[in-house]
Amino acid sequence: MSAAPPLKDAYELVVIGAGPAGLAAAALAATLGIDTVLFDEQPGPGGQIYRAISETPLRERRVLGEDYWHGSALVEPFRTSGAQYVPGASVWSVSRAREIGVSVGGAARLLQARHVILATGALERPCPIPGWTLPGVMTVGAAQILLKSSALAASGEVVLAGSGPLLWLLAAQYVRAGVAISAFLDTTPRGNLQAALPHLPAFLASAYFRKGLRLVREVKRRVRIVRNVAALAARGEGRLEAIVYRAADGVERQLAAEILLLHQGVVPNVNLANAIGCAHVWDERQLAFKPAVDEWGMSSIDGVAIAGDGAGISGAEAAEHRGRLAALDAAERLGRIDRVRRDRDAAPHRTSLRRAERGRAFLDALYRPAKAFRIPHDDVVVCRCEEVTARQVRESVELGCTGPNQMKAFLRCGMGPCQGRLCGLTVTELIAEARGVAPGEVGYYRLRPPIKPITLEELAGLPKTAAAVAAVER
Amino acid sequence: MFRRLHEADGKAVRLTVDGRPVAAREGDSVAAALLAAGIVVCRTTPVSGAARAPYCMMGACFECLVTIDGRGNRQACLVRAEPGMAVATQVGKRELGR
Repeated sequence: MSAAPPLKDAYELVVIGAGPAGLAAAALAATLGIDTVLFDEQPGPGGQIYRAISETPLRERRVLGEDYWHGSALVEPFRTSGAQYVPGASVWSVSRAREIGVSVGGAARLLQARHVILATGALERPCPIPGWTLPGVMTVGAAQILLKSSALAASGEVVLAGSGPLLWLLAAQYVRAGVAISAFLDTTPRGNLQAALPHLPAFLASAYFRKGLRLVREVKRRVRIVRNVAALAARGEGRLEAIVYRAADGVERQLAAEILLLHQGVVPNVNLANAIGCAHVWDERQLAFKPAVDEWGMSSIDGVAIAGDGAGISGAEAAEHRGRLAALDAAERLGRIDRVRRDRDAAPHRTSLRRAERGRAFLDALYRPAKAFRIPHDDVVVCRCEEVTARQVRESVELGCTGPNQMKAFLRCGMGPCQGRLCGLTVTELIAEARGVAPGEVGYYRLRPPIKPITLEELAGLPKTAAAVAAVER
Repeated sequence: MFRRLHEADGKAVRLTVDGRPVAAREGDSVAAALLAAGIVVCRTTPVSGAARAPYCMMGACFECLVTIDGRGNRQACLVRAEPGMAVATQVGKRELGR
């Protein structure tokens, strides 16, 4: 990594995202002599999983756990690899011809890439419950980011609710840091364990088993856990004041709460891949759309590869191996190495990837989010930006809307600044249910660049050629 | 709401929020600084005027939009808190010219 050199007009390889997949891909590519730049939206490397790895104010290693600190082992080789690193960079467009539109520090630029690796990672699945827009309601991921980057922990009456490994991890991190949790409302459906059992042998042989068991024990000792929570609502005037929930006994209970941290697992962040036009498929096991990629991460668009959780959730460790495989394939396509060397060098990464992916099928089945938390009832706000409810989406289906793109024109749902990141999957599943068809048939929003809002001033400030200026001058 | 796990660490960064002094820490995003200062609401929505606060902290949800040094619609979770920064909570949509 060099100290902020100016951006060039063209690169052999542009990597987008500085999480495990992006860091590993850029480091390996640059080491192979490929002219590489890595753009990342955050101010420091690590992505969300290793957020603030180079500068976290948390000095007690045991709070975040050893898996977090593994992030340092990715940052160091990246820094010395020769890849150019551009933090605080918002990539708002990638064309099919691999022209990249990026804003850094309020100035927009266009540049050309011969090959692109998207490492855009994961997003938390939308958690549409009544009252989820109230101040005081946040995601578990948000709480982790505050913990990692600012040593901030929720205080007062803190409730965690939802399902998934990250929920247990945050609870354990809070317990280690001495943060009091009023209640842990587990929404994992009772029947999930049964469905997960066929995948148990692989899970038992994976690292997830040992780590997971320890996490759950650590949390159970200190935190009140309510299992089989079937309904959940946040209440308050202008901010969160209470949580109402219903457990297996069918009785509605109320809890005072200042902070509610929600989680229903993570899904691929597909916005950029979708806007480029990469083909996507519905993954019924993970209940999400993911880009269709080959064993190297190549998408349906020439010269555009996708590595890490952005191509389907397999976790941080798998992401780095997927990043390296994508880098080797890029090196072959860019003429740096031949196919024989690519395949030979890939072998150890493939072995590591298989090991890292072991146990994932069990986790997917065990933590498959309940329908009630994916397909909300009528009064729940689905689109936070445009404040559209589930009822409105269902009514649009009655009026004849067959998919999210037609519905957008009726309701503006998904057309706010988040561009569907917080409603896309909910809308697809709502429409699928209302029509009685599969989510894959309904499809997802067709996204278009800019995938992040940019100002007209930034667009107008793009460097222009003399010919372009002459063309519009009178 | 949110508290620091250890108070002594990190250099203080002083900024203002709606004219009121707020002490953040070096490395905080503007959104983290707001939460640490106990500022519950960062904006109201253009559609219904409902109060909103940071939700995802990773640049995805656009709930933490604020005005920073006169520029509206900045994602507070993606901007580092800098000394002397003037942050304003945002009412409704971004005003023209900001």
